[in-house]
Parts: sequence; structure tokens; C-alpha cells
Amino acid sequence: MVDAQSTLTLDDSQRWAGVYKLLDRSSLIHPEFEPVDQIKEFIKEAKILVIGAGGLGCEILKNLALSGFCNIHVIDMDTIDVSNLNRQFLFRRADVGKPKAVTAAAFINKRVQGVTVTPHYCKIQDKDEDFYQEFALVICGLDSIEARRWMNATLFGMFDPENPDTMKPLIDGGTEGFKGQARVILPGNTSCYECSMDMLSKPTGFPLCTIANTPRLPEHCIEWASVLEWPNKHGERKMDTDDPKDIQWLYETALARAKQYNIQGVTYSLTQGVVKNIIPAIASTNAIIAASCCNEALKLASTSAKYLNNYMMYSGNDSVYTYTFEHQRKDDCPVCGNAVSKMEFRGDKTLEEFMDFLKEKPDAQLKKPSFAIAGKPLYLQAPKSLEEALRPNLLKPLKDLVSSGDQITVTDSTLPFSLQVEITLV
Amino acid sequence: MIKIWSMKKDNATVDKKKPKVSAAQIRVQKDLGELDLPKTMKMTFPNPEDLLNFELEISPDEAFYAGGTFKFSFAVNGNYPHDPPKVKCLQKIYHPNIQADGNICLNILREDWKPVLTLNSVMVGLQYLLLEPNADDPLNKEAAEDLRNNRRNFESNVHKSIRGGSVNGVQYDNVMSHK
Ligand SMILES: [Zn+2]
Repeated sequence: MVDAQSTLTLDDSQRWAGVYKLLDRSSLIHPEFEPVDQIKEFIKEAKILVIGAGGLGCEILKNLALSGFCNIHVIDMDTIDVSNLNRQFLFRRADVGKPKAVTAAAFINKRVQGVTVTPHYCKIQDKDEDFYQEFALVICGLDSIEARRWMNATLFGMFDPENPDTMKPLIDGGTEGFKGQARVILPGNTSCYECSMDMLSKPTGFPLCTIANTPRLPEHCIEWASVLEWPNKHGERKMDTDDPKDIQWLYETALARAKQYNIQGVTYSLTQGVVKNIIPAIASTNAIIAASCCNEALKLASTSAKYLNNYMMYSGNDSVYTYTFEHQRKDDCPVCGNAVSKMEFRGDKTLEEFMDFLKEKPDAQLKKPSFAIAGKPLYLQAPKSLEEALRPNLLKPLKDLVSSGDQITVTDSTLPFSLQVEITLV
Repeated sequence: MIKIWSMKKDNATVDKKKPKVSAAQIRVQKDLGELDLPKTMKMTFPNPEDLLNFELEISPDEAFYAGGTFKFSFAVNGNYPHDPPKVKCLQKIYHPNIQADGNICLNILREDWKPVLTLNSVMVGLQYLLLEPNADDPLNKEAAEDLRNNRRNFESNVHKSIRGGSVNGVQYDNVMSHK
């Protein structure tokens, strides 16, 4: 064991005294925990990525910085809106219009000595796997389903069972009004975000004919403006829900329609809420969920206590109720149920011969398989026009269609979702 | 307790992996590969390498719209099947539930969409809309009133409109299959 004591200054032991009381002794919490200085070093140095610098993100950044994590990165693509100031406490009035990530990082860096928060003012999709590979752990505090699905799929895609360093724990927090959840997602081990997609209550759109002809609610007028009038007046130009000019246009258009039908309640902020699908945000729910996420981060990083396995739901809607359970993997999950199997096949054999091989393979049992690479079809059994267009590929040697290392996506009615075949041509 | 990641840093390089296929792409591949279209439907792919954007032709063999061929565009986004496909009618037709600009009032395209539904469900829904136009969910109010008040008159208006004729001063597209 390396003696890391020398690199811990007196300042450090004083600054993190509270946390070190936990890490310096054999834990009563977890009997197998061994207090070694490497753990403190790890917490100090491990790169932690926080996704989102909004309501949850501000809380998460603050908690991490006060728990001894000193190397934190944060990604957020948004700028500060005046309506954020009531709960996103790292921002001041003078910060309105500035990037959230940059402002939040500057605040923590100034406030908590020894901690470095590095901001990334961009979309998560702008970063590649090399970027995500550098982190020990990722905490998501987002309200976007799409962004979480992307992050989840990316971290699962990076995971290589033969290389433990590629396993990036994902701690996901989410809130909606008085309700929230925190969960620990370990690629290769637990269920994933995609497995729970059907637990989500999807915001229901209104029937198009109601919006078009019989509006009764202010929301109907706003949807009319955004779904039906926008394309009429702006043609191909896509609406930018982050642009106040576009929201203003929608608001005025919806308001005029509401007047026509004698409907009350169309406001600028309702317009923004409807088109951006903004859900109610309560500061203390964010605090509870962020606290739970950060404690899990500390437990995972220090191994000092058993981590959440794997889903904690909190509801303050009807008194207070919390429930922790092991959310189960879905066999047909498109992300984690999609094991890659490696296969070798002769490159001079045709795609048809490869298909016959899969059909005869007893553990595959495929009937009418379809093939694609990265979304590009090689052969599909249907529809007829596509089948005919792709049929010549069946007679081509595999080496003309794929290269070694390619992942062929195979779908078949007998498969719950798909089979990913990583092919090596021999 | 399992150490879930190694604390020592090693510089093992991680294999560069090729772009991964998205869940939406796999689901579309599955939906398409398992389609069994009736002879009244035909799909075309402007770019056969792009499975997310295509067209569907429906040629109903009975009811009001028999004899016509109706074209719809499908655009599937990266959030499919959480989001429904975006479907538009590409022709200007006289139909109570379809607007001149192509918007369609079909419940499973909006409020009743569920991820368990497939592209096939949407295609069946569109065909149903052509067989059984619904006067209660109007997008084209005049056509809906026409259908409700006088089915014979509605039928003759549809007959005219799908041959490129005008109804109430509005000219519609000729969508006859043999044109
Ligand atoms: Zn999953």
C-alpha cells in the first residue's frame, strides 16, 4: 500500500474532517470496508461528471463539492432564465442570459477552496466516447427523457465486460413536483434507464381535431399555434423553443385564438411550459433527490457503505412515501438486453449463406432474419419494395458488405428485440 | 463488497468502437422486416439506405375512396417508439379527418400513441381512416358536415374530388390510380 498521507495536507484533513471521520475508521456501516488513504485520494482526484446545471444540478454540484469530490465536471447547454433564480441558487440576477454550466462552476470554484469544477457549455451529444471514458462516475440531473436515454445508451455502449475500467456507474435523479426518484445504474449489472421507459407517464398530446376545431383549454390554443399555425406561417423553419422571439410569436398567436373562442388563461409562461414541456419544479424535492444521488456517489466511490440497489422512489404527493426496490432488467430492452455476440465467418461466403448459417444455428433459431449495419440495411425480409431492392446483396460475398469488427444488427420475429453480431471475417 | 472499479490507473487503451446503432433504428428495422402488407398498400423508400423516412401508398378497394391511390409520408425520429412517427398526407384530398395541408387526425398518431404500437398499427389506422371517415373528429369541417348530413352527397363529392374536381370552390388533387 502506498502511503498517500504525505500528499494530504493539513488543510485537506481539516477541510474534509467530517467525511474523513467516516473514511478513517473501519466502518460500522460496512464490515468489509478497510480505511486506506487511497480512498481519500480517489475521492479527491476521481473525475466526476454532472449532467445538467439546473435545479437538480445546482444541488448536486454543491453536495459533491462539500463531500470531498474535488475534480468535478459539469455539462449544460442552457443559459440562465430569470425564472430559474428561485431555486437554482448558484445563479444571481446579474447572471441571467449566461451559460448555466459556466456560472455554476465559477460559483463553486470561488466558494469551496480545493475544488475545481470544469464547465462544458454544450450538448451531451457534442461529446464523444473518449470524453466520457475519462470519468469515474456520471450523475444525471436532467428533465429531458431524450438526453437521459442518450446518456444511458452511450455508457452501456462503452462498456466492455473484459475491461472493468469501461464500466461507468450512472446515478440518475429526476423530480416532478413533490415526486422524484434516484437510481444507480451499473452497465453490465443492473437494469438501465431504457428498461424503465414504460414506467413513464408520457405527457398526452391533445387530439388534433380538438385543437383544430373545438378548443376549450388555453393549452389547446397554444398547441394550435405550435402544431398547426407554426408550419403554415414559417414553412420549413423549425421552431426554436429556446428563442424568446419564437415563444413570443406562439404566445401572441395562441392569445388571439383564445380571444376568438373566449378562452382565458393563455400566458407567456404557460406557452413556454406547454411547448417546452416544462414540469413543475420544487426546490426541496430537488434537494432530497440530489442528496440521495450524491450520497450514492460517495458510497460508490469510497466503498464505505452498500450502495442503492437500485431504484428509490420518493413521493410527497400524499403525505410522504418512499420505496426502494430492485428494478428488474427487461429481457427485450434495446439497450442492455442487446448483448453482442462475436462470430467468425468466411468473407468469401455470401450474405445468404450467412443467413442460412444463423437459421440453422440451434441457439439462434431465426426464421426470417433482417440485417443492417449502423441503421443501414443490408437485407430486409419486408416490405416488398425494399426486399427487392436489397435482394442482390444476398448473393454478394460478405467481405463486399461488411468489414471485420462491424456490428450487424439482426432482427427476427423470434427475437425479443435484436441480436448484435460482431463479425470477424476469416 | 465488490470493488466496482479499479482504483489504480492503468493506461489500457480502450478499443475504438464503430458507431452504435440506435434503439430507434433497431425498432424500425424490426417493424419493417416483420411487415406483411395487404395488396392495397405499397411502400417506397426515396433513399433505400434510410429506413427512417419513407412513403406509403394506400389504394382502397372499397368504400368512398376506392379507385384512388393515397400517398403518405412517414418520418421516424430518434426517440421512436417513445414518440410516434410523423405522418402527413402528401395530396390535397377531400376527407373529414385530413386537412388540405396534410395533417391527419388519427388518435394513435398523437394522444393514444404507445411504444408497443408499431409502424404496422399506423398503416392499418390510415387504411381504416380511408374506409371509415369519421364525422365526429373533423379537421375538414365542411367534409365532416357533408358526411354527417348526406352520405350520398358526400360520396359524390369524394368521387369528384379524387378525380381532380372542385368541391365548394376548392380544387383537390387527382389521385386516381390509373391516371
Ligand atoms: Zn435496459
